[in-house]
Amino acid sequence: MKTLEEINNIRETKRRELDLRVNTSADTREKHILVCHGTGCTSSKSPKILENFRKIIEEKNIENVRVIQTGCFGLCAKGPIVIIRPEDVFYAMVKPEDCEEIIEKHIQNGEIVERLLCKDIDNSVVKKLDELTFYKKQKRIALKNCGVIDPENIDEYIAFDGYKALQKVLFEMSPDDVINEVSNSGLRGRGGAGFPTGKKWSFTKMAEGDQKYVVCNADEGDPGAFMDRSILEGDPHCVVEAMMIAGYAIGANKGYIYVRAEYPIAVKRFQIAIDQARDYGILGDNIWGTEFSFDLEIRLGAGAFVCGEETALLESIEGRRGQPRLKPPFPANAGLFGKPTLINNVETYANITKIILNGAEWYSSIGTETSKGTKVFALGGNVNNIGLVEVPMGVTLREIVFDIGGGIPNGRKFKAAQTGGPSGGCITEENLDTPIDYESLKAIGSMMGSGGLIVMDDSKCMVNLAKFYLGFTYDESCGKCTPCRVGTKRLLEILERITEGKGEEGDIEKLEKLSRNIKNASVCGLGQTAPNPVESTIRFFRHEYEDHIKNKHCEAGECKALMKLFIDPEKCKGCGLCKRNCPVGCISGEPGKTHSIDTEKCIKCGTCITKCPFHAIANK
Amino acid sequence: MIHLKINDRDVEIEEGSTILEAARKINIDIPTLCFLKDINEVGDCRMCVVEVEGRRGMTPACITKAQEGMIVKTATPAILEAREVVLDLILSNHDRKCLTCIRNGSCELQKLAQEFNKDEIEFDGERIEKTIDDLSPSIVRDNNKCILCRRCVAACKKVQGIGAIDCANRGFNSSVSTYKELSLKDVNCTFCGQCIEACPVGALKEKDSTKEVWRALRDENKYVVVQTAPAVRVALGEEFGMEIGSNVAGKMVTALRLLGFDKVFDTNTGADFTIIEEGTEFINRLTTGGTLPMITSCSPGWVRYLELNYPELIPNLSTCKSPHQMFGAIIKSYYAEKMGIDPAKIYMVSVMPCIAKKFERTRDDMQGVEGLDDVDAVITTRELARMIKQAHIEFTGLEDSGFDDPMGEATGAAAIFGTTGGVMEAALRTVAEKVTGRTFDNLNYEDVRGEKGIKSATINLDGKEVKVVVASGLKNAETVLEEIKSGKADYQFVEIMACPGGCVMGGGQPIRTSKERATIDIRGKRAGALYTIDEKSTIRKSHENPILKKIYEEYLGEAGGHKAHELLHTSYVARDKYNLE
Repeated sequence: MKTLEEINNIRETKRRELDLRVNTSADTREKHILVCHGTGCTSSKSPKILENFRKIIEEKNIENVRVIQTGCFGLCAKGPIVIIRPEDVFYAMVKPEDCEEIIEKHIQNGEIVERLLCKDIDNSVVKKLDELTFYKKQKRIALKNCGVIDPENIDEYIAFDGYKALQKVLFEMSPDDVINEVSNSGLRGRGGAGFPTGKKWSFTKMAEGDQKYVVCNADEGDPGAFMDRSILEGDPHCVVEAMMIAGYAIGANKGYIYVRAEYPIAVKRFQIAIDQARDYGILGDNIWGTEFSFDLEIRLGAGAFVCGEETALLESIEGRRGQPRLKPPFPANAGLFGKPTLINNVETYANITKIILNGAEWYSSIGTETSKGTKVFALGGNVNNIGLVEVPMGVTLREIVFDIGGGIPNGRKFKAAQTGGPSGGCITEENLDTPIDYESLKAIGSMMGSGGLIVMDDSKCMVNLAKFYLGFTYDESCGKCTPCRVGTKRLLEILERITEGKGEEGDIEKLEKLSRNIKNASVCGLGQTAPNPVESTIRFFRHEYEDHIKNKHCEAGECKALMKLFIDPEKCKGCGLCKRNCPVGCISGEPGKTHSIDTEKCIKCGTCITKCPFHAIANK
Repeated sequence: MIHLKINDRDVEIEEGSTILEAARKINIDIPTLCFLKDINEVGDCRMCVVEVEGRRGMTPACITKAQEGMIVKTATPAILEAREVVLDLILSNHDRKCLTCIRNGSCELQKLAQEFNKDEIEFDGERIEKTIDDLSPSIVRDNNKCILCRRCVAACKKVQGIGAIDCANRGFNSSVSTYKELSLKDVNCTFCGQCIEACPVGALKEKDSTKEVWRALRDENKYVVVQTAPAVRVALGEEFGMEIGSNVAGKMVTALRLLGFDKVFDTNTGADFTIIEEGTEFINRLTTGGTLPMITSCSPGWVRYLELNYPELIPNLSTCKSPHQMFGAIIKSYYAEKMGIDPAKIYMVSVMPCIAKKFERTRDDMQGVEGLDDVDAVITTRELARMIKQAHIEFTGLEDSGFDDPMGEATGAAAIFGTTGGVMEAALRTVAEKVTGRTFDNLNYEDVRGEKGIKSATINLDGKEVKVVVASGLKNAETVLEEIKSGKADYQFVEIMACPGGCVMGGGQPIRTSKERATIDIRGKRAGALYTIDEKSTIRKSHENPILKKIYEEYLGEAGGHKAHELLHTSYVARDKYNLE
């Protein structure tokens, strides 16, 4: 147990001690080696790197150096990432065997290990994190502490204003003040639908009930999305604190966080955070001598995407099959165990403490008219800088893809970007300058979604893309309602047929009719949005569908069944590499002369394309 | 009262009503499939979607509560298209062999297909072949026909508190399954058949026994005797389009003769035997310090439930066989002897409102005469109707006729066996007079009548109080048993029927649609007809049945005596809920 005074002392002393983390001119002889321990870098051996650093430091008996695990820095494409503070030198793609060199050169001799520095988009070598184009257009609010603090150390969280917002709320604000502040900030649900957070809080506060609950939805399931995971891994206490503030505001003393079991690191760190907060008396009864009591529990999801739907999530917490409930009643009135329940997603909570501390006015000054603050995106697909980015609302997609993301690799062309995952739609070249906010994205047929942002180059077939997403929703449908259970299967079958060259006249109309009615008649958000990728790709790439159906041709060359490989006589030098590597022997030709492919025999494996040194083999 | 507008028409309806109920009130019907009032109110199938002004998307009428000022549209082109697509999708994943389906003509899905003028399946596609479970003696489960409405799941779990079936897997691979996909015979299924009554299609049906009965009827060496349970006569007419609650005993007997049965007897006589034996057993337990409360044993679904879930209460179960088993034993012993027929040649067919009777017939210790089953075949009310239709007998035009002598005359007490509380009432009529030694004029025990799931009463027998309780539906049974186990209740006599409402609502009775179940008091009408039979009977107490008196005198000796025990009583076994071997 720690008294309020003790916590304030920790904040002061620790903050001084950790000033070098955020201040390059900090007056200290100490150095902190920060090693990313997010899931991405962890899977590329960052724990081994940390271990090596510590071992070497001990062996060499070096003083004033500390090695710290942190959450995600964001630039996952360049992981494992190591940053040395206070000078803020950024080492990319570090291997465990590089530790010795970093210690000897950098720590002991003050020399920078040039070969481990990161290259920017223009190929210039960058020493500091802030100098990277990747970071320049970002604004970190939700991710503020990610990559700065050790997520498993509550003192470090406290040092950077941790539990200060809770303190402010408990001693200086009424529950209504808190709700007003959140309302005025303009914060909207970051889970995807964008419902005004303040409104949700106020509904739950107004609902009558002897018991209320605060729930955090951490069942992040969109393919390619890892925003919430990174927040939980990098700054779990900020979610604990925000849930407590929410509990105070709506009158709840109990919270649940529903995390997918596939996030073991997040689960572990969140549990540590809960334990530490309990240990410090921050979670528990009569916190800091006030009337307010709050405790928190983790519930693990068992791998069903539909449990990200709030009512299915509640069913799952209650121990039943994860299936959505009819709305209304909304969870604000009848949620967990039938009691008024506030459900927000991780990223939404991650904004709360900052809003409380810096004020609604500050927060609402960021972003656009209707969408305030920032949004975290997991940038993936055919883009150079794959990773986690946080941008102010209103930034254009072009800025995210080409500036922050560093553009499309391998000299290919941008074709489309998908936001909103399997519930979203694609955004084409012509809409790249649309400012990112809830309304604009909806207007162009997509949605904000939870933050997955997949970039596709011109090698991607859009029919195949729709098929991929439908394969996902088909697989993840809970099976409760007919339109989603059978409808997604039928959509998938039609798409499969088209990509296999068996598309029929009228298939597009069938897809449209089916999509329309699945959306109208499904029980929950999963079914209601499942046809979006189909509708959106038909809207923007109808010609690709027609090409598949009528001409049995896939322009992007992704649909193998439609591939017709041929050798360009202009480019072929007759080297014979393709012929030697063809597994079915369907390529013939004399050495030095143009070769040819027997398309009847060809199994479209594509080996010849990858083997040809002259790029002479292509899809007709 | 709530005021709303449906298709521009004003509707006034009680608060708490659904849009569906409000619409039906002004004769606007909305198609439903998964909806089963009070049982399955989930809004899953999406057939009943409507538009409510101000709400995104469409909403299910069956479970959305009507609200003041609501503006509802039930048949816009968009709604009709959505319903048609939903129906198409269900049909696309349904085994559409309608001609050879038992529910051909009574299938709710088939009716919808007709109403929507389906002449093709627009979104046809893959269907996963499923194995049919026909291993149990009572129920056949064919998941190829299942449309995942889950009415059966709700009936099993919510009404009966069993949960033998539930939804397994997810999405397109969802299926209604048992634990580890075992056969129903190897899980905690009680064979009550409420799932069959709930099923809108042919995914669940009784194990057909008509073929073996036809075979017996064709066999010249067999003396084929049929008996019919009390609840059958008040429901059979429904299969021929007659009013619910019509007593068709006379036509039924005529039809059975036309089908070729050698003798047509009444299970009610068996019920009178049950009262004599059970009444005697109760009085013995009461007076000699036997295990109390005594619980009735005429409902085989209930008996199996107890064996599966409360084996420790087996001593409380009356050792009496159920009426048709008793009657079968009497026919193969007393009657065979008296008529000079080789009992081995007698083929005893029971027409029952119940599918658990099919299982009961096969139980151990159901052979009153050494080596011979008391009953050789059990057919349900539905199966009898099918046999009559197969023989092209114009049922509604038949003349009435009476059951065969010498077993034909039964009491009013026996008739009410077919409804919840009936066995208790019949027993009390006898017990009261036996215990007090005087004659009672008022024979109606109103406290144990009616639709309530649990009904208790204290009966004063000249100073001696007897506490009784009646429960129907296994969920209610569970409540009563828990009360007994925890010592919260001190009943002496308990009647339990597996099916909610008793045998009139048995798993072998005519299947009514979801709409009929929501709008008609089916139980009340069928039970009402039984009470009318009782009222009109000249003899209304089992112990006054002259045939029984005669048989006890001539053959059985004392009630509860050695011979009676041999023929009319049975034993029970504790059963494992799941047979994994």
